[in-house]
Amino acid sequence: MRPILMKGHERPLTFLKYNRDGDLLFSCAKDHTPTVWFADNGERLGTYRGHNGAVWTCDVSRDSTRLITGSADQTVKLWNVQKGTQLYTFNFGSPARSVEFAIGDKLAVITTDPFMELTSAIHVKRIAGDPTEQTEESVLVIKGPQGRINRAVWGPLNRTIISAGEDAVIRIWDSETGKLLKESDKESGHKKTITSLTKAADGSHFLSGSLDKSAKLWDTRTLTLIKTYGTERPVNAVAMSPLLDHVVLGGGQDASAVTTTDHRAGKFEAKFYDKILQEEIGGVKGHFGPINALAFNPDGKSFSSGGEDGYVRLHHFDPDYFNIKI
Amino acid sequence: MAIDKNEPSKLRWGELEEDDDLDFLLPPKEVIGPDENGIKKVIEYRFNDEGNKVKITTTTRVRKLAKARLSKRALERRNWDKFGDAVREDVGSRLTMVSTEEILLERPRAPEAKASGDGLAQLSKGGAVLMVCRTCGKKGDHWTSKCPYKDLAAPVESFVDKPAAAETSAAAPGAGKGAYVPPSMRANAERTTGSDMRRRNDENSVRVTNLSEDTREADLHELFRSFGAVTRVYVAMDQKTGTSRGFGFVNFVNREDAQRAINKLNGYGYDNLILRVEWATPRTN
Repeated sequence: MRPILMKGHERPLTFLKYNRDGDLLFSCAKDHTPTVWFADNGERLGTYRGHNGAVWTCDVSRDSTRLITGSADQTVKLWNVQKGTQLYTFNFGSPARSVEFAIGDKLAVITTDPFMELTSAIHVKRIAGDPTEQTEESVLVIKGPQGRINRAVWGPLNRTIISAGEDAVIRIWDSETGKLLKESDKESGHKKTITSLTKAADGSHFLSGSLDKSAKLWDTRTLTLIKTYGTERPVNAVAMSPLLDHVVLGGGQDASAVTTTDHRAGKFEAKFYDKILQEEIGGVKGHFGPINALAFNPDGKSFSSGGEDGYVRLHHFDPDYFNIKI
Repeated sequence: MAIDKNEPSKLRWGELEEDDDLDFLLPPKEVIGPDENGIKKVIEYRFNDEGNKVKITTTTRVRKLAKARLSKRALERRNWDKFGDAVREDVGSRLTMVSTEEILLERPRAPEAKASGDGLAQLSKGGAVLMVCRTCGKKGDHWTSKCPYKDLAAPVESFVDKPAAAETSAAAPGAGKGAYVPPSMRANAERTTGSDMRRRNDENSVRVTNLSEDTREADLHELFRSFGAVTRVYVAMDQKTGTSRGFGFVNFVNREDAQRAINKLNGYGYDNLILRVEWATPRTN
């Protein structure tokens, strides 16, 4: 396949998100400006100007009208997707690390980093249909995990919130009361910081990637470990194909290995694994730096990866991708 | 100007510009649309600088990267105005490019095949030099001088294969090392005619490259003599500077000795450079 290279960001990429229809790709980077691209040919549509710090995360509503972004400048902003104008700003006491719209786009879960005296927290905010009625108030604030919470997502039917972070423990919270319902088992769970989480298309299972060079597949209701995928590199980003039973892991490089590795450029790869057999299917090389973000188009026929090199690479699969057999 | 005076209504030569006039002589542009392989040909005719008619055929491959089946909303979004930094987008800014390389989903090889495969791949991709370590016998991993086991005494013995023979053959002529000993005067020289000797010797010629500047004939002789009788050593010298040009030739009496020398010394670290030792291709003269 011929990937389309998009160099709109001057700093490393942090997050990539497709909209529900699969025609727009939103990219966040450390350069303060989230960008939106057309997902078929990679043409840039626009940029959202307004943040003063690295943008760590974003999510788009199901009708692709609202964009929510979380940034290191301690704000979370709501944007009009079409015009690029800011609709509302939530202020926090520390950098926002992860945002996600709930099903129905009426609520959003936001995580904030530990900063000075503040511990990390998970906030749930109500999102009003009319931006003029938007208020700052939190529906729920959950505190408890030690260390940074790298990702928090909604569980099925918005009943639960799943969080994962630096303490390598995945927790399931009740979204109405804030009570901790389940924690992942320490023995079988991750051993180092969990960097990324992605849900399956039907929400029944989710995948977590960690710096301990593995990714694990969990059941959403019972938090039992289903599968483990091992790599040689710390995992920075994970994605699941909505069409086939494939799992993609994108990673970096151990700091200790940096000086001794091969100077050949373009060696960082996104690794494809069979979800059920746990075996590696192959890798897609090309990035010049560790891969920080991965996203699958909801139609499953293309995917994109964002790296430390500032490039977004958009890959449309060749027909023989769909016929891969182990 | 060749004008058709019978059609004054079409061509009023006074009004037409010269270019238009000449264009009339050219056949029209042809476009042969994309065929099933996506090849599109455009045939144009033009006048070049000297006024000659020139046919220019441009062959392009039209390739569809993806089938975009967009929903109604997506089609509407396609027509949105650009905003933010994209407003000032010049056509020249190549933010979005299709990669020039074809990237494939590389299937991994089976584990043991992969280990050797990696080594072999390194061998083939490492350029001209094979990484051979004689100490642990592993190819493609590290050079002998970098071997983690290099302090083990064992490997040194294997290098000196025919100590007795080498010593005697070198000592016999009596001259200091580096003196050229004619083949007929060697200890184990074969009693055949001189020309036969030379021919066979040239077939047993080994080329050594990547020599350091200071390397001389004597060094090569000392290095290679442990493999067998050496009839001739030659190091190419730069006449102006007096240093070695980095390569030389060693002629053995026996082909097997030469083969063993190649096997053992290719990749050998000598004076901070890794030697490349191979058969010398026959020269026409």
